Order: sequence, then C-alpha cells, then structure tokens
Amino acid sequence: MPDTSALLTVADLQAWYGESHILHGATFEVRAGEVVTLLGRNGVGKTTTLKSIMGMVEQRSGSVRFDGRELIGLSSDVIARAGIAICPEERGIFASLDVRENLLLPPQLLPGGLDLDHIFELFPNLRERLTSQGAKLSGGEQQMLAIARILRTGARLLLLDEPTEGLAPVVIQQIGRTIGALKAQGFTILLVEQNFNFAATIADRYYVMEHGRIVDHFPTAALTANMGKLHEYLGV
Amino acid sequence: MVEIFGIPSYALFGQLLIGLINGSFYALLSLGLAVIFGMLNIINFTHGAQYMMGAFAAYLMLEYLGLDYWVALVIVPFLIAATGIVIERLFLQHIRKLDHLYGLILTFGLALIIEGLFRNAYGSSGKPYQVPELLQGGRNLGFMFLPNYRAWVIAFSLVVCFATWFAIERTRLGSYLRAATENPTLVRAFGINVPRMVTLTYGFGVGLAALAGVMAAPIYNVSPQMGSDLIIVVFAVVVIGGMGSILGAIITGFALGVIEGLTKVFFPEASSTVIFVIMAIVLLIRPAGLFGRTV
Repeated sequence: MPDTSALLTVADLQAWYGESHILHGATFEVRAGEVVTLLGRNGVGKTTTLKSIMGMVEQRSGSVRFDGRELIGLSSDVIARAGIAICPEERGIFASLDVRENLLLPPQLLPGGLDLDHIFELFPNLRERLTSQGAKLSGGEQQMLAIARILRTGARLLLLDEPTEGLAPVVIQQIGRTIGALKAQGFTILLVEQNFNFAATIADRYYVMEHGRIVDHFPTAALTANMGKLHEYLGV
Repeated sequence: MVEIFGIPSYALFGQLLIGLINGSFYALLSLGLAVIFGMLNIINFTHGAQYMMGAFAAYLMLEYLGLDYWVALVIVPFLIAATGIVIERLFLQHIRKLDHLYGLILTFGLALIIEGLFRNAYGSSGKPYQVPELLQGGRNLGFMFLPNYRAWVIAFSLVVCFATWFAIERTRLGSYLRAATENPTLVRAFGINVPRMVTLTYGFGVGLAALAGVMAAPIYNVSPQMGSDLIIVVFAVVVIGGMGSILGAIITGFALGVIEGLTKVFFPEASSTVIFVIMAIVLLIRPAGLFGRTV
C-alpha cells in the first residue's frame, strides 16, 4: 500500500561492490519530517543503504523515489541537487581545508538551507575553530562540522551514518539535542545507528536490517515490547 | 671589472639570469604536472609535448595567420587546453582509477605520437621565432646586461605561478579542487560535478604547459623535441619538490633553475647533472619530496 506522504520510498534496493552483493532488496520508506533509524549489526548493509540512496555506490538497482522522483540511475551530484545530503560514517572532514572551508564546501543547491548564524547557534564550538585545519579537530568537533556543513545546502533529507560512533557521552547528548532541533525545524532524517539507546531518544520509527534486507520494523512506542527481538537482531 | 668570489659579475649574474629563466619554465611545467597529478592521479608524460605544441602553435599562427606573440599568448593556451580536454575525455577518464603506471604509459605513448607527427610535418631542425617588438633590446644594469624579453618571462611566470597558487589555496573553487583531491566521491555527493572539474583541471594544466611553450618560443628554438629535452629535468624537479604540492612545485622550479645556473659558474662539469644528484639525495632523505605530504 503506497503511502502518499512518504518523502523517500526505497523498494527492492540492491547494491554491489565489485563482486560482492551487499544489498539484497531493501524496502522501506521515510515520511516527511520523520526521524527514522536503521538498526542492525556490523556488515548488514546499513552504510551501503545510505550510500546507495545518495548514489555513491555505482552498481545498484531497484527503486529510490524521493519527492516523487526516481533517483536510482542518477549520479550523486544530481541526487544532491534533488535535496538529499549525507554525513558519512568516517565524517569526511577534509584535512587540507580549514574549518571555514569545510563548512562552506557543500554549495547551496536549494532554497531553505540554514544560514551561518543559525548553524553557529546549533554548534557554538565551530565558531571558535573556524581557522583551524580540519585534521586538528577532536572527534566530536569533526562530527559537529560534518553535520553542520550539510545544513546550509537546502537539503530536506539528511542521511546520518553513525553520528555517535566513538564519541564521549556528553558529546552524544549534544548531538541528540541537535538532531531533535533539526527535526523541529522540519528536516527529515534517516539515521544509521548501532547505539539504540541513543536512537530511542530521537527516532520515530525503526527498521532492522539483516543480510542486506529489511527484516523488521516498528515505531518507538513499540520499542520496549520488541526489546527481546531487538537484542537478538543486534546480538547484544 | 667587478668580481664576486673571483668570478666576474657579468658571468655570475648572466648565469643567474639563465638559471631564473630555466627556473621559470621548470616552475610553470612542474606546477601543471602537480595540479594534474593532484586531481587526476595521473603522471602526465604528455606535458613536454603539450609545451612543444604551445610553442609550435605560436610559430604557426605567426607564420600562416600573421598573428603576433601577444595574440598567441592569449589564444594558444586555450587552444592546446582544448586538445588536452579531448585527450582526457577520450582516454584519461577511463584509466584514472587504475595504477599510475597505466596513465604514465598512455601519456608517454601520446607524447611520442605527438612528437613524431610534428617531426614528420616540420622536420627536427628548430624554427626561429622573433622576440616581440615591444620587448626587443635590453638594459644595462651596471653589473650585467638584462634583455627585456627575459625579464618579462621571469616576471610573467612569477605572476602566473602566484595566481595559480592563489586560485588553488585561497579561493572557493580551489577548496573544491583540494577537497576533491582528498575525497572525490564525497565532494560529488555534495552536488559538485567532479568529473567536469577533473576534465577542466587537466585542460588547465595543459594550458599552463602551452603558455610556457609560447613564452619559450623566442628563447629556445621551436622544435619537435624541445619538450622531451626539458621534461626529463622537470620530472626531476617534481620529484624533488614532491608530487602534488603546488607551492613546492613553484619554489623548487625556480630554486633548481638558479642552482643549475650557479653550478655552471662554479663547477661547469656538473651543471647538467646537478639536478639529478639533488634528486637522488632528496629521494634518499625525503622520499615524498621536500614539500610532499606523506600520505
């Protein structure tokens, strides 16, 4: 049953890296204004799912519809201009660029992006580090910068890949508050997380991945009821 | 007669000037190579041939169309850059992701073909190209005689080198270039058309070589092998400076030209090998080059 309010509809998404078949037909959707989390163990294809939506995986098939438009065959620069932006797992801060250059690197592609003042309200630390080299930032600052720079572009759907990985609890809290603030401002967010205690504080719905497929999904309200199953899926 | 270290000043400064002139060409050419390598990951062995094409284009435009040096200086870089863009679209884009050796062999083969075609058409003897009227003559500085055209070459190549450095290190477009050098996939996912940027970067590097060729036409003979004579030294310069470093390419280019010139004064026997000796030493001590980043 197609949901007309879905901003992103992924159907039978398959992806390959060379010979290895990573995604075996992932199907899910994200509605406008939602925070949706992909859960799953290492290596089940969560990152590949985000990269395939963004067009960063060359071999892919199936369907990725965004705002009514099919994106599956398009290159990643064209997909970006449709209004999707990614914050990759490795953060992708450019070492040879300073913080200001990193922040201003993604061009404004659509109207409605946040202005710099607004971004510094969300990430006050960045304002003081503008002239630092990208490589000199702490892990938390790099993560803030990686999120901050995609807010200017006008993208409506943000793909965040494990934004809490390797960060101190106090920084994780700050990132949680930021994602909440972004949601309140109307951003739609597809999040990949291993840390579902963190995800539970911000997500509306969950999809669980195994072997390159979506195997389960439930809303946050059903999280406690599904805890047993979830422990099994995640192997914790 | 003024003497410095027992060397007459006109000889010392004369060689220093030749060193700076050669250094200008080393810098312009190694700069183009560094820009191309940084973005395309290709060691462009066609560079010398493209420099030669620049000189020949200037010569042919004067000979057959009556277009003078100044017109050539503006038009030729774009013309030769366009041929570079064709090469990038036809060949280089398909092998960028492979080992460096593929690009090296391909561009080396292209250089041989281009050189052969020119030798076939124009013979291997050099063609003379007049110094433009505006820059003929020179001035006596007291300690040496400075031909106007040579002063122009040094000044103009400094300006071009600085402008290139500024564009890459200090502008928005340059930050795209630097970022795409590090992580092209992510830069593309930010909505920037990286393949087009790669093509234009190759065109720009080739255009720099052609510009150097036009500037060289009145100094050296315009001949099909003028590029291969020079490019060996330029590659040594690139190795010393470090592949991919913009500032390194510029500084090393000028510095090695001067060192070579001074060696001609103080120890002429070593003047043709000094750069390669320095290259060997640098490779032993700092394999990534003086300004290279070890990644």
